[in-house]
Amino acid sequence: MTQTLTYQKPNTKGYYGKFGGAYIPEMLHRNVEELREKYLSIIAETSFQKEFQLLLKDYVGRPTPLFLAQRLSALHQTNIFLKREDLCHTGAHKINNTIGQILLARRLGKTRIIAETGAGQHGVATATVCALKGMECIVYMGEKDIERQAPNVARMKMLGAKVVPAKSGSKTLKDATNEAIRDWINHPNDTHYIIGSVVGPHPYPDMVARFQSVISEETRWQLKEKTGSELPTHVVACVGGGSNAAGAFYHFLDELSVQLVAVEAAGHGVNSGMSAATTQLGKPGILHGSKSLVMQTADGQVVEPHSISAGLDYPGVGPLHANLFDSGRGIFLSATDDEAMQNAFEVSRLEGIIPALETAHAFAALKQMKFKNTDQVVVCLSGRGDKDLATYMKAMNI
Amino acid sequence: MSRLVKLFGQKKENVLNVYCTAGYPELNSTITIMQSVEKNGADIIELGMPYSDPLADGEVIQASSSKALSNGMTIHILFEQLKEFRKSIQLPVILMGYMNPVLQYGFENFCRDAAAVGIDGLILPDLPEYEFETEYGAIIKKYGLDFIFLVTPETSEERIKKLDALSSGFLYAVSSSATTGSEKDFNAVEKYLQRLQSYQLNNPILVGFGIKDKQTFATACKHANGAIIGSAFIKALENASNIELTTQHFLESIIK
Repeated sequence: MTQTLTYQKPNTKGYYGKFGGAYIPEMLHRNVEELREKYLSIIAETSFQKEFQLLLKDYVGRPTPLFLAQRLSALHQTNIFLKREDLCHTGAHKINNTIGQILLARRLGKTRIIAETGAGQHGVATATVCALKGMECIVYMGEKDIERQAPNVARMKMLGAKVVPAKSGSKTLKDATNEAIRDWINHPNDTHYIIGSVVGPHPYPDMVARFQSVISEETRWQLKEKTGSELPTHVVACVGGGSNAAGAFYHFLDELSVQLVAVEAAGHGVNSGMSAATTQLGKPGILHGSKSLVMQTADGQVVEPHSISAGLDYPGVGPLHANLFDSGRGIFLSATDDEAMQNAFEVSRLEGIIPALETAHAFAALKQMKFKNTDQVVVCLSGRGDKDLATYMKAMNI
Repeated sequence: MSRLVKLFGQKKENVLNVYCTAGYPELNSTITIMQSVEKNGADIIELGMPYSDPLADGEVIQASSSKALSNGMTIHILFEQLKEFRKSIQLPVILMGYMNPVLQYGFENFCRDAAAVGIDGLILPDLPEYEFETEYGAIIKKYGLDFIFLVTPETSEERIKKLDALSSGFLYAVSSSATTGSEKDFNAVEKYLQRLQSYQLNNPILVGFGIKDKQTFATACKHANGAIIGSAFIKALENASNIELTTQHFLESIIK
């Protein structure tokens, strides 16, 4: 079962190097196995691709622009291009994946959709595509997150989704994921679980990465139009579970000249005890169905991370990224809550773009890097900052 | 011969496996509960190792795990508590838990230490059969531990036979595709158990999930070798002022 080494695709059992696999209880086996058997052939179908591409274009608004950010470039004395995923419908890259998965779910004959959400971005993107396709939608969200993300809860409800509070454990994203998995166990026949990131049992990490790979697919031709070369010197993206980074890196993963820079949330500081920098703090372990790096105690209990940005507030990271870290293919940096805040304001004023707090971590990391003035740096601008307005207002004492 | 194999050699019906979470309700209540479970007529003890993210368990068992963790339970402490348990307990004892804490303990060390204190078998619901066959199964065997796979109503005949072939001790039949403690219609369950019976599997079958009283236990036992009670017992222990009495009353309500 040898296959050509690639950072892009897992082996047939879902492993990226040492990480991945499908560590699931038997109750999920049939559903996950059905997905594994069918996802590649369904995605390859002409009718699927036609519908997927049309929706990405007319509904999501793709291709998203690749924008040369001149004032930011001047600040860093290099060339910085912003891949504008913030301009996607619903305000972030998350919808690339939910469009793909809803079309897949319909082809699998599923009628009921479940999802987990942290900040609510993936929940909104799921509720959106369920409305679009007239499917029942149940979103699990930590009780704590429901309190602190009221506007997104309202958006999901307006779109017709049922938002169910996860009351177990720490009452945040990891518990919402547990509850969604339990729901799937209890509804083995009619339900598809739309996971929002490149995490979970095989084939989810690969499937979500493929749906998000449109980001780097477009980046290649857009960069060629602008610079004459398809390959940037650097691609920079923030990483929680890692879906926007997986999409932004995807078509550059096996182009070894391209530096892939993943930026994690350091929270109050990597060693503060209030952090979400999984590759720095995690050890190999199993969380939500795959082997990856996991923040955990010496006894193997999963610990609660901290980040100001709910989208990066996850104690694991996708197995694709764990392998990039482990193999040295990816460079992993981190930015603190404060650095993210400062850079959100800086980018707003330099470029007239208010980024999501998640994305602000990627901007903060630019300051930890050294660039040549000939470098071509692509930053994945994964989402817009409207959802973080309450946090930004607090920082401005409004 | 393992204690499980010996048990099923002697007793082929109405085998009662009682689940409790190690370190619940008190850090040091585990041995007392095990002794009471044995004294009051159960046949197997399934000891849950608490985990922060127990995907295959329902609310009641998750809550007991959280409590056990906040009581300070770890695998190291559990093995310390179990050091002398074979002096007072003869029943087969299996450990149930999730892969992550076991991996952190060290998989081989875990099997070695479990076998050394007198544990008979393991249930690790998130250890899939591929990883079992390629990596972990051999280690489990090396230390003479039985390994019990789960099957569900959704599991195909072919797969049930494969999991049966990989299991030893018994096969754990999840009564409905539901996390532990859910209430489900037992008619569908009966059909499923009849189907399992018709396959003539190598291992005895114990039914778990949704067994909560005399009636559900009896129904499960009609078409299987016995059943596992978990959530209902945990619920009984929740407000127990006297663990021995509570255990006695609970087991009497099932098998007397």
